[in-house]
Amino acid sequence: MNEVYMIAGGVTKFAKAHPEKSFQVLVKEAFDYALGDVGMETKDIDGSVSSYFSDHFLRQLMGGAMVQDYLGLCPKPGHRVEGGGATGGLGFQAAWREIASGRMKCCAALGWETMAHVNTWKGNEFIALASDTNFDYPVGGFYTGYYAMMAVRHMHEFRTTPEQFAMVSVKNHKNAEHNPYAQYPGTYTVKEVRSAPMVSYPLTLLDICTMSEGAAVALLCDKDTAFSFAKRPVRITGVGTGTDAMRMADRPHGEVMLLPHEKKSDYAHLKYPGVHSFRAGRAASRMAYEQADIKNPLEELDFVELHDAYTSSEIQTYEDMGLCRYGEGGPFVETGAPFMPKVRYGLEFTGEQGVVPVNPSGGLLACGHPVGATGLMQSVFALWQLQGTVGKHFRDDSLQLKDPRRGAIHSHAGTGTYVAVSVLERGW
Amino acid sequence: MSKKIQKKAGKSPPRRPTSRNRTETLRPALEKALRRMPKAKPAKRAQGVGTVSAGNLRGKVRLPETEDGNSAFRIPFPKDLAHLDGMSPLVIRWHYEMEYLHSYAQDSPFFAGLANGRLLGTRCIHCRYTFATPKGHCMRCGEKTRWIELPLKGKVHSWTTCYFGSQEFLKETPFNLVLVEFEGADTLLLSRLVGVGQDGIAVGMEVKAQFRRNAKLLASDVYFVPA
Repeated sequence: MNEVYMIAGGVTKFAKAHPEKSFQVLVKEAFDYALGDVGMETKDIDGSVSSYFSDHFLRQLMGGAMVQDYLGLCPKPGHRVEGGGATGGLGFQAAWREIASGRMKCCAALGWETMAHVNTWKGNEFIALASDTNFDYPVGGFYTGYYAMMAVRHMHEFRTTPEQFAMVSVKNHKNAEHNPYAQYPGTYTVKEVRSAPMVSYPLTLLDICTMSEGAAVALLCDKDTAFSFAKRPVRITGVGTGTDAMRMADRPHGEVMLLPHEKKSDYAHLKYPGVHSFRAGRAASRMAYEQADIKNPLEELDFVELHDAYTSSEIQTYEDMGLCRYGEGGPFVETGAPFMPKVRYGLEFTGEQGVVPVNPSGGLLACGHPVGATGLMQSVFALWQLQGTVGKHFRDDSLQLKDPRRGAIHSHAGTGTYVAVSVLERGW
Repeated sequence: MSKKIQKKAGKSPPRRPTSRNRTETLRPALEKALRRMPKAKPAKRAQGVGTVSAGNLRGKVRLPETEDGNSAFRIPFPKDLAHLDGMSPLVIRWHYEMEYLHSYAQDSPFFAGLANGRLLGTRCIHCRYTFATPKGHCMRCGEKTRWIELPLKGKVHSWTTCYFGSQEFLKETPFNLVLVEFEGADTLLLSRLVGVGQDGIAVGMEVKAQFRRNAKLLASDVYFVPA
């Protein structure tokens, strides 16, 4: 298997709507930015992977083929990858496979979503079609409702509080104030998050990401190509993917899948995953960590960009990824560990702020979630973080971490149906 | 890998005939068939089409003008094409509607059950894993399942109250979603809980099934109320 590197990326501004640009042009903007960053030309790209989620939102089949011709990549290989909310992360991994297998020297992962062609409630209906349309959707298909039920069970099982969820909202919206690509940066208090309109108890409007339009592109290469174009290529050392039953109702209530640093006795009485945890997230993390030789993620990761479509799912994901034990996600956010070390949030923490920053970019909550672009956006922000180029690309270096060597990206679909976790580290 | 398969896999591909390969054999026949192809004809000059319609009253062929769909009058347009670069996007309405003939297939008995006031699940014939939301085959061991009747009483495993929703259900808000657990079942059932507000619901609370009198043949034909 060949070593795989990421050398460049591009992201468009994420916004509610971009009626002045078609999806092809959005992708081209991100693609040209990535090429320009390393002095590459279209001829240097051997093929692509297109990453977009919804045929309903796009109202166009074969969108990947249309991007391929618009970018001038025909007749090189290309195909589409789709896996719900994890589409971007899975697209990233599909591009990784093209390089790892030796079929391509340089592959472009092209992600986008255009979600403003219908109103928000119709959009929620489209998204709810990613639940079982025989048994789930007709009961009242609404993703926020599904996640709210998981949050309620997490609260029941572990005494997690809605205020702890709200701290995630405060963190991610605040981080995004220094990210020019973000859709909804903002300064909020826990009280403001809790008093925002209730969408599905316990999740308020500020606990939930929004509909977005935008594109993100990642360029992945083999070692020789990487070092001939880039001074600071980032190596992809772990690629993990996990799955779980489509229907939340079908999730088992068994034993915890352990990470190397955990013991069976840590979870003597926990029925797992139930609806409080994401077994797919744990499986994907475990596979990625094993490849990257990570024994204890809290000690060995410098930051994480994870799929915070809901504040509650960020807390659930801390646990799946092993940053803390199952059940400790609420207290973990209170320690200040997942916050940026130097940003002021107006919160008091019980421990050291910024031990392992989670969603330094602002995550989905504040950047937006143009589904097929999201996982690739995470890879681009992780690349810039590891390269130390956040200041150059954001024109503001407030979010640049000091000397990060290894980070993880986490892309998540359905109610935890597909999860893709990839580990990126300094490659030079 | 078994020995038999190994032998087969190790076999080299069939050799091509060495004296006359396929291309040489095919060529004369192809030449013969090509000579039979019709000769290319000179292009005909376009002539006026004879049909008379409202579109060509003045002798000109036109698409009929209709009044449905988008209509706009006097869209501004610059004299200089260079000015088009800054043009505002045109946004149109595009209605899209469809009707499916959707089969519940092997899960049909569940819906027939609801129409008769019965709540069915399935149980694996091999490992006895019991699904409160039916599955035709066991996801644990792969065996077929058989239909069983679920108790009409259960407990709330988790819940939420939705104040917003998808467009289809927006008019029904606020509504409660619940995951119901049943004695003797390994998995849960997603349903609605009615007759109680957000403050009256808790994990572990006992609920009982009720059925729509006029079944719509949807999973929502069953719903729960506090027991």
